Amino acid sequence: MMPPLNLVTQLLHVLAAGLLMISFSMLAQRRTRRLIVLLAWQGVVLTASTLLVAVTAHLQHLYYSAALTLIEKVWLMPWILLRLMRRLGIEGDSDPLVNIPTLMLVGLGLVIFAFGLAQPISSLATTVTRQTLGIAMAVILLAFLMMIARHKAVTQVIGFLAMENGLFFAATSTTYGMPMVVELGIALDLLVGVFIFGIFFFQIREQFDSLDLHQLEALKED
Amino acid sequence: MHGVSALTTTTALTALLVLVASWLLIGALGLVQSNRIGWVARTLFPLGALVALGVAGMGAMSLGTGFAAQTGVLAFGLPDMPFHVRLDALSGFFLLLLGSAGAGISIFAAGYFRHGEGTAPGLLCLQYHVFLASMALVVLADDAYLFMVAWETMALSSYFLVTTQHRIPEIQRAGFLYLLMAHVGALALLLCFGVLHGGSWLMTFDSMRAATLSPAWAAAAFLLALFGFGAKAGLVPLHVWLPEAHPAAPSPVSAMMSGLMLKVAVYGMLRVSFDLLHAGPWWWGMLTLAVGLGTALFGAVFAAVQTDMKRLLAYSSIENIGLIFAALGLALLCYAFNMRLLAALALTAALLHALNHALFKSLLFLATGSVLHATHERSLGKLGGLIRRMPWVAALALVGTLSLAGLPPLNGFVSEWLLLQAFLSTPSIPHAFINMIVPLGAAVVALTAALAGYVMVKFYGVIFLGQPREPSLMQAHDAGWLERVGLAWLALGCIFIGVFPQAALDAIAGVTQTLLGTVVQRGPAPWWIAPVAQAQASYSGLWLLLGMAGVIAMMFVLVRRMYHGRVRRVPPWNCGYPELTPRMQDTAEGFGQPIRHMFGPFFRMEREVPAADDPAPRYRIQIDDHFWHGLYLPLARIVGWLADALSMLQRGRLAVYLMYSFLTLIVLLVFVL
Repeated sequence: MMPPLNLVTQLLHVLAAGLLMISFSMLAQRRTRRLIVLLAWQGVVLTASTLLVAVTAHLQHLYYSAALTLIEKVWLMPWILLRLMRRLGIEGDSDPLVNIPTLMLVGLGLVIFAFGLAQPISSLATTVTRQTLGIAMAVILLAFLMMIARHKAVTQVIGFLAMENGLFFAATSTTYGMPMVVELGIALDLLVGVFIFGIFFFQIREQFDSLDLHQLEALKED
Repeated sequence: MHGVSALTTTTALTALLVLVASWLLIGALGLVQSNRIGWVARTLFPLGALVALGVAGMGAMSLGTGFAAQTGVLAFGLPDMPFHVRLDALSGFFLLLLGSAGAGISIFAAGYFRHGEGTAPGLLCLQYHVFLASMALVVLADDAYLFMVAWETMALSSYFLVTTQHRIPEIQRAGFLYLLMAHVGALALLLCFGVLHGGSWLMTFDSMRAATLSPAWAAAAFLLALFGFGAKAGLVPLHVWLPEAHPAAPSPVSAMMSGLMLKVAVYGMLRVSFDLLHAGPWWWGMLTLAVGLGTALFGAVFAAVQTDMKRLLAYSSIENIGLIFAALGLALLCYAFNMRLLAALALTAALLHALNHALFKSLLFLATGSVLHATHERSLGKLGGLIRRMPWVAALALVGTLSLAGLPPLNGFVSEWLLLQAFLSTPSIPHAFINMIVPLGAAVVALTAALAGYVMVKFYGVIFLGQPREPSLMQAHDAGWLERVGLAWLALGCIFIGVFPQAALDAIAGVTQTLLGTVVQRGPAPWWIAPVAQAQASYSGLWLLLGMAGVIAMMFVLVRRMYHGRVRRVPPWNCGYPELTPRMQDTAEGFGQPIRHMFGPFFRMEREVPAADDPAPRYRIQIDDHFWHGLYLPLARIVGWLADALSMLQRGRLAVYLMYSFLTLIVLLVFVL
């Protein structure tokens, strides 16, 4: 380990902790609008951490990656989602299926699990950021938990995007990011995914007059 | 001479691949004007028959002495897994079988298919030729990948052919059952190949030949192969699809399935057990022998009580497949005791019977097709007396009937005789109990052959002899010339092998040489075979034919000489009844009654006998299979129950579905931990 990077490592850890904090607040947040804002904040933290890694490791492609994150995750996605929300007229509260304190407790358990899981892997990695793998995995699992616990279609999409954020963070923290081609591909996939979700929202609303996923139970075959 | 054979070896495989491709092309051309019978039936099907002749010729060429196996790699397949093909004596023999019987069936089909029978003719032409091509590819395949692809193509194309008249619920049901059994069998084969590569993960047959398997794994592979190929061939208890699917299909398709596709399963069994696994311990042979004999007896007994002519033939196919597998098992058994010559004899019997069955069963299925078109009737209870209306079909069907019954001088006799010869030599097996038990198999074979004769008397007698049972039969017409050519081709094949059996044995010698390293003894002349020793047993079809012809000619002359002019024509004695009607003839049910009585425990019968004072009496009997009620229905119930239990998973709630994937992820991660 290179000693002068100590400050950078500490900074990175702070950012990672911030990411985890944001994940937890997403889990606890009831208002859809606030959720989207939190997602944008996650993007900001990701951009900062990617930039930090790029500066310390002198990696050209991570600069592009950071720029891409900034554009896509901080500006484009939240903007699309906010527009969608306004168009669909769903700004109200969305109560989670499980009450929030229980959810937080489960989330806590998941974080411990993720750290335990990451330990043998991060000891193999040689990057500056290797300690943060556990946090990245915790972010993924927490986002998944959020998808399970909500029953509005828009929150599902936000959970999905938060999961991708966790994956991205895992990639930067263990291997200094994926190859540019892969990253571009994923960014495009996400965009397409959000568009398709948007179309589905309109379809679901047209069919059931609501975006509540409970309505989908009517599709079950007996 | 040597130079010529070297030239043919380099070109035979290429030529075969071109022929297979042209089958596919012919099939595709059927789509061009799919509703024009003149184009599809009268042009494309005869072309397909020509290609079949080419395939048979190439197959025969590879059976000559001095033919070295020819391999090739195709430019198709997955990036790292190209298709491998190989032509050796074994595949050559089955290509000969496929081509020679296929040519007759195709010519017949050219005259058979017409408008208004379900699927459009052009589409039928595509499915038919894809079916043929896929069978040829199964035989040519030299890696598990191509083998399975061709095997599944064969199953699917034949499924669509079976369900040509897919609007009839019974045919849908038969098709589903067939597809289900085909897939269960294919799964077993997939697992079998998964075992055979022996940890090398190479799917070529070459690496499978070289793989060394522990005895337990080899046994597992063998059992899986027996299950998989047995499901396709119709071994008891995997036979249930066969009597349903064969009658449901149009007759040329029934002929192809029974005559050719079942043989492809035999090919697969030979390829895996002898070539890839190099045969094994004696119990493999014992098991195959027992299953084969059981199947043969089961098929013969059930054929005797059928009242639908195509179902009868389907059960008879089960019987013949049983005989073939019995011979195969005997070959495995003898090979395990290192009795090469006896193994070669049994294998020769198996292969010859496969060829014979392809010829005579195709012939009979096609004949039922002609009868069906002429009368629109499949039930034996409503046929009769057709020999006067359809003399050509009747005469040619008689050849097939006699062959199936195993009468000399036709081909069926030769193979059954060889099989019995092989059984009669088994007391020399060096094992205390086997050498006592196996010769008893000869008794089962003899019983089966006798029952087959009984079945054929019923088949021919009820359809063609006697008086027409329905007035509509008086309008029946004989088959068209294309159909006659197809029937005659197959009938000639039956006669040729019967009269010149040594020609067939010479063809098979190449196979036994490749697989076992020995050949049976050559007979003194092409028309004279003596496979064991001339002093012990020999048979000459030609002499027998000449003798029979001589006796008949002599009788004819004598009768002409002595009775001519003194012939009286009188009505036959009618037992004192005031009037004889066609309905007083022996029926199919009546003819089968003794067998039904004697083999009672074989059947599950439901019988309705009318009361004596019933003004409108109806006699009804339904004969079912114990396996269906005792094995398949309980299995289906268990599967249904499991499926119901699984459907508990379907909650319709997205959160629950997400929970499933989340829990799966966590569980898998715990494993990593």
